[in-house]
Amino acid sequence: MLPRELKPGQFNGYPPEARKLATANIAALQQLPLSFLPGLLREVIDYDFKFPAERKALEKELANLSGLSTAQIGEWFQAFAQIVLSPQLEHFDWVNSPAQFVEQFSAHLWTTHQLDAFRIAATGYADRMHAAVPQESQPVPRLGISIIGQGVGWYNEPLFRKLRAHGAYCTRVKPENGLKMLLDAVAARAKAHPAPYGHWYIDGGQAADHDPALTCVSYGALEPARTALLRKVQSEVGKPGMGPETLRTVMAQMRPADLGMSQTGDPVLDRFQVRLLTEGSGTQIFSTSFVQWAAREALRRAQPLTLLVRFAPRQRQKPMNELLTAAHDRPELDLTGSLVDADMGAYYNWLNQQRLPGAEKSSFLVWFEDHNSALVAGPAMPRGTESSTAADLKELLTWIL
Amino acid sequence: MIGSSSRELSRLLACSRREFLRNAAGVTLGSTVLRSPLARAASFPKKKKVVVITFGGGARDQETFAPEGQENVSNMMRELIPQASFFTQVVNRGILGHYVATASLATGAYETINNFASLPPENPTVFEYYRKDLKRPSSDVWVVAPSNGFNRIGESNHRSYGGGLGARVLLPKHLLTAAISGSSADYEHLLRDNYETPYYAPELGGREFELQQLERLLKLSVDDFKAHARTLSSPDELSVYIARQLMRQVAPSLLWITMHDIDVAHAGAYSLYIEGIQRTDRLCAEMWKAIQSEPEYAGKTTLLILPDFGRDADNDSGGNGFQHHRTGDALSRTTWLMALGPGIREGVVFDRALQSIDLVPTLGAMLGFSPSLAQGESIAELL
Repeated sequence: MLPRELKPGQFNGYPPEARKLATANIAALQQLPLSFLPGLLREVIDYDFKFPAERKALEKELANLSGLSTAQIGEWFQAFAQIVLSPQLEHFDWVNSPAQFVEQFSAHLWTTHQLDAFRIAATGYADRMHAAVPQESQPVPRLGISIIGQGVGWYNEPLFRKLRAHGAYCTRVKPENGLKMLLDAVAARAKAHPAPYGHWYIDGGQAADHDPALTCVSYGALEPARTALLRKVQSEVGKPGMGPETLRTVMAQMRPADLGMSQTGDPVLDRFQVRLLTEGSGTQIFSTSFVQWAAREALRRAQPLTLLVRFAPRQRQKPMNELLTAAHDRPELDLTGSLVDADMGAYYNWLNQQRLPGAEKSSFLVWFEDHNSALVAGPAMPRGTESSTAADLKELLTWIL
Repeated sequence: MIGSSSRELSRLLACSRREFLRNAAGVTLGSTVLRSPLARAASFPKKKKVVVITFGGGARDQETFAPEGQENVSNMMRELIPQASFFTQVVNRGILGHYVATASLATGAYETINNFASLPPENPTVFEYYRKDLKRPSSDVWVVAPSNGFNRIGESNHRSYGGGLGARVLLPKHLLTAAISGSSADYEHLLRDNYETPYYAPELGGREFELQQLERLLKLSVDDFKAHARTLSSPDELSVYIARQLMRQVAPSLLWITMHDIDVAHAGAYSLYIEGIQRTDRLCAEMWKAIQSEPEYAGKTTLLILPDFGRDADNDSGGNGFQHHRTGDALSRTTWLMALGPGIREGVVFDRALQSIDLVPTLGAMLGFSPSLAQGESIAELL
């Protein structure tokens, strides 16, 4: 089926809000090329479970598309229209399974050497959309905090190497009560600028005591879900005919209830957490990978005003088969390796924060937990500098906020 | 436009590698002026051998040949680069999955087979060209491959080739699993597998290495093999150990080794990715030493080292940095090639753009066979 043949009834399988959104914009959807539309529908079908920032962005995108003339649609999507699809893709049920279509389409692009052409088309479209839809300003500049190195007694190698060019390296941080000071500071921001899913705390272990105004995700709290997921994967892998693509599809269709998560929870946040585990790579086995990916996805999707990320030690590497078996023994931890992971993870947290609107005003702090070194970056901080001023974490925040 | 900016990025990447190597390793910039074929013929021994090492699990510039990555490849920097011709810009325009990319390297054509299935390449492999054209026995061409997914790499299903003309494929992990027959407690660290799809490892199909050949061919008892394996720390160490045994006992003329430890990056742990690079760097140097110390190889062997591709750039929002190779950006497509051995110019850097599929035609020109269906071009600077 081709997009021009779309009818409102074909969205009956969508969740209620998604169905409304799709049918309200069907005239625009019918004009889009098949190389583009399923990617958009993949977002639309999840509309009911999206964060406010994502919903707003999707609404604006669809409103903009609906406002384009036929000639403008032709111009905007000319590059997409040049992409050649296979008959199998054209016959795929891309309305009801857009994510699976996108997966197969991606393989098709690689196989037919059209990936570069698609990248050009996609980047061109994103540029046009950014120009056409003005970005919203934030009530307060964004703040990102990363805490790394939990449990490491001594580390002799330089830290924050990738971030030093972007901020001030602080060598005389007073570590006492550092975690509490940072959690109090983000709680204060959450109260001063309340916004649904606007202020986050992600922890690689068990979450520390925190204000309920914060949206909290922790690796520790998800242990039952991780165990359930690994058990399900093990049982699926053993089925005849199971391959990686099929398994990926099975995992993509998992819902919070499939992993034993409470039905009374926050459906948006629970879906988000399930996706961290089913779509993330390594998030099921290494807490450092989980935390970095969770931070990336929180920034990309929820676009929080405040994000505090605390890395925790991950288990030591073992053979993949053993890591993927939900063992009950207390795993051996790799403290130093986790610090190296988290140091890079903090850099990625900063990079991902800087991709969001208002990046020029955003601030960032990374601290080696319980130690004297940190780095602060923001519009007020000189880049590539070093500070030997003694300061606690609360004072460091005043430098950048 | 992305197409042109991608090419520009590849070029800049090459320039940065060249400048760094020039400063750090004291190499010179190679010109396109080529030597006389007579001069090369005079310096190249008649009984030629070639060892190819590929990294199935790309490594990026910033963790290898960029200034901040130097510490991770100290062996290549200190020992190999000064003796090598180094190509700074090798572009892979194919599918960036490790099995299919390795198959493309081995066929000289961009393969489109399913990366995660146990399938043979569609185009003839370098091993088939070599054996058919030069009438070489199967014992003369070996592949040491990292995981079960690579067991079909040695032979295509091309109707004019295939059918017993391929390389013999050794899967050290499979061999170890067979040797320990179920009690894997002491060897688990050597059996790590399949980082791209950790949940799934294809069942072995095609020709398998029989355990009894361990003793007959490699002159290695199961007990000795198990005892030595206990001293190793990773699957790639196991592969190099087996490769060295193969060199000592069988001395194939064409030996292809695919490393895989670096691909642990898919699990997202940066420290493990760096450890993988450092280990691979050490193992490459060990292989070069082995080549120089084995009488069957010393003075007549060309060693070629290249990653199958790179990994995603940190600044590409479509990816997640070092973890994957999914964006198809310049950093994930652009890598390098190092060649060492008799007749190869030492300490020279070339930064013209090559393609990874140029490897097979180059091997053809070096060894004297005709890879008629390969799409790449031979690298004149190595001939």
